[in-house]
Amino acid sequence: MNKARTNPFNNIAMHGALILYTLIALFPVFVILINSFKTRKAIFREPLALPDADSFSLIGYQTVLKQGDFFLYFQNSLIVTVASLFFVLLFGAMAAFALAEYRFKGNTLMGLYLALGIMIPIRIGTVAILEMMVATGLVNTLWALILVYTAQGLPLAVFILSEFMRQVSDDLKNAARVDGLSEYAIFFRLVLPLVRPAMATVAVFNMIPIWNDLWFPLILAPAEETKTLTLGSQVFIGQFVTDWNAVLSALSMAILPVLVLYVIFSRQLIRGLTSGAVK
Amino acid sequence: MTALTLTNVNKSFGEVHVLKDINIEVEEGEFVVFVGPSGCGKSTLLRVIAGLEDATSGEVHIGGDLVNNTPPSKRGIAMVFQSYALYPHLNVFKNMSLALKQEKQSKAVINERVAKASKMLNLEDYLERYPSELSGGQRQRVAIGRAIVREPKLFLFDEPLSNLDAALRMNTRLEIANLHDTLAASMIYVTHDQTEAMTLADKIVVLRDGRVEQIGSPMELYNNPVNQFVAGFLGSPAMNFMPAGFVSEGDPRTIGVRPEDLRLQDDGGLSATVQHVEHLGGDTNVIAEAKGTQITARLFGQHAINQGQTVTLGYAPERAYYFDKEGHRV
Repeated sequence: MNKARTNPFNNIAMHGALILYTLIALFPVFVILINSFKTRKAIFREPLALPDADSFSLIGYQTVLKQGDFFLYFQNSLIVTVASLFFVLLFGAMAAFALAEYRFKGNTLMGLYLALGIMIPIRIGTVAILEMMVATGLVNTLWALILVYTAQGLPLAVFILSEFMRQVSDDLKNAARVDGLSEYAIFFRLVLPLVRPAMATVAVFNMIPIWNDLWFPLILAPAEETKTLTLGSQVFIGQFVTDWNAVLSALSMAILPVLVLYVIFSRQLIRGLTSGAVK
Repeated sequence: MTALTLTNVNKSFGEVHVLKDINIEVEEGEFVVFVGPSGCGKSTLLRVIAGLEDATSGEVHIGGDLVNNTPPSKRGIAMVFQSYALYPHLNVFKNMSLALKQEKQSKAVINERVAKASKMLNLEDYLERYPSELSGGQRQRVAIGRAIVREPKLFLFDEPLSNLDAALRMNTRLEIANLHDTLAASMIYVTHDQTEAMTLADKIVVLRDGRVEQIGSPMELYNNPVNQFVAGFLGSPAMNFMPAGFVSEGDPRTIGVRPEDLRLQDDGGLSATVQHVEHLGGDTNVIAEAKGTQITARLFGQHAINQGQTVTLGYAPERAYYFDKEGHRV
């Protein structure tokens, strides 16, 4: 065993730094969470205090659940996020496989073209996207959002996944070809399981921005029945008065589904890493 | 019947011409070894035979059928890769049976063939294990087993021993030789190791720069190499080359003498200074320098020779090979 690695001081310093970072990162979430359980006055009087018998109140949650159709917003957000992730991973992996595996004219050029989206933010094209959605009649449907988010996520997905797929041994793919597996079978049954950690990484990278996005739901799908959670929460933020109880409660609830998704993906990530370690 | 016929096979990657007019015939049941230095195109040739690469021109016949446009799995071949290439998420049984499943063989046939192959390779106790739980030698045996169960017309081995350590390499080499005897199958084996080539082959194909230099049985190539490259490539230690001027004044040719044909001889024509001595017990390798040329002599038995000593070496004239300036045998 390496001595430097087992040095207790190093160990403490490392964990100390990590714990400090965790505290800093979790602090805003913690403040939101405690304040969502307090009365409006208590939030402003002592923002950092824990809710006690006097200041405890569920008024925020009650407002949220009464006002608007919050479960529908939840459902919309979840459908958009999961569907977008599914398409990003499916198409991203397929494009990455083609780029990594096959020699064809313009392979590098195609790779660069697909990576262009990493450098150019999709929001620049908002007006054109809106025009397209109007022309195709997709405005105020969840499909509008799913399509846009898929486009937004693909460049990075292709970029990351093609790098990982290049690392999958050629011999392995050739062995499968000799054994009579079709190219689709090689892709789905051999290569995809081997790049699962990369898939999880891409999923995590894409999930949070999609879930939190306000821009495209506001522009492409502001109708009541297609509102996402982030957009739905905006009703509590007014120009003059903001219902902080409701905002904080809505945000607290919005964390939960992402947390669940994240746990699912990160477990894949760890499992993938350890199974790859012993080749 | 011939197991494999290659007719004027060429392969180019863009501008790079990798295989140049390859013509080879492999008879039924023959063990053929492709040997050559790295980068000579031997692996590419094997991949062309397997169908993993398309030949740019020329014809590939396997078992009499033209297979240029046949996918690898329909060519009646099985291939063993250098890196084993086992499916990491499947256990040994599933690794061996995957190809049969793809061929839609019945369960009974699959079980019978896997049982037979695993018995042959002593893998019966490991069928439930995953590749990551096996040693290098076991993994290579699984890879070979995966080829056997398909009962192919032609086995292709791509440097199957180069990832194994020396002792295991020798055992596995013997196993492959036994396998060839038991199965009586046609096999093509690619290696850069001339010892493997000499010990396993019925017929050796020596390749250099994408060209066939010489085809023949190991002893034919050893005793009768057509050029300096083949002479130098086969045999270990390698053949000594020196200007013929050393022994006869004004001769422009090159003399080749195998280390085992050199002997200590007081009236021998070669006086050399010993640079290094390798005592192997049964043999003694003497590496010496004569007029700026390094000469290796392999002496049978044990000899008390020291570094820096001057020795006189000689050889029987009929054991010498002569090559012209282009390296052709004369």
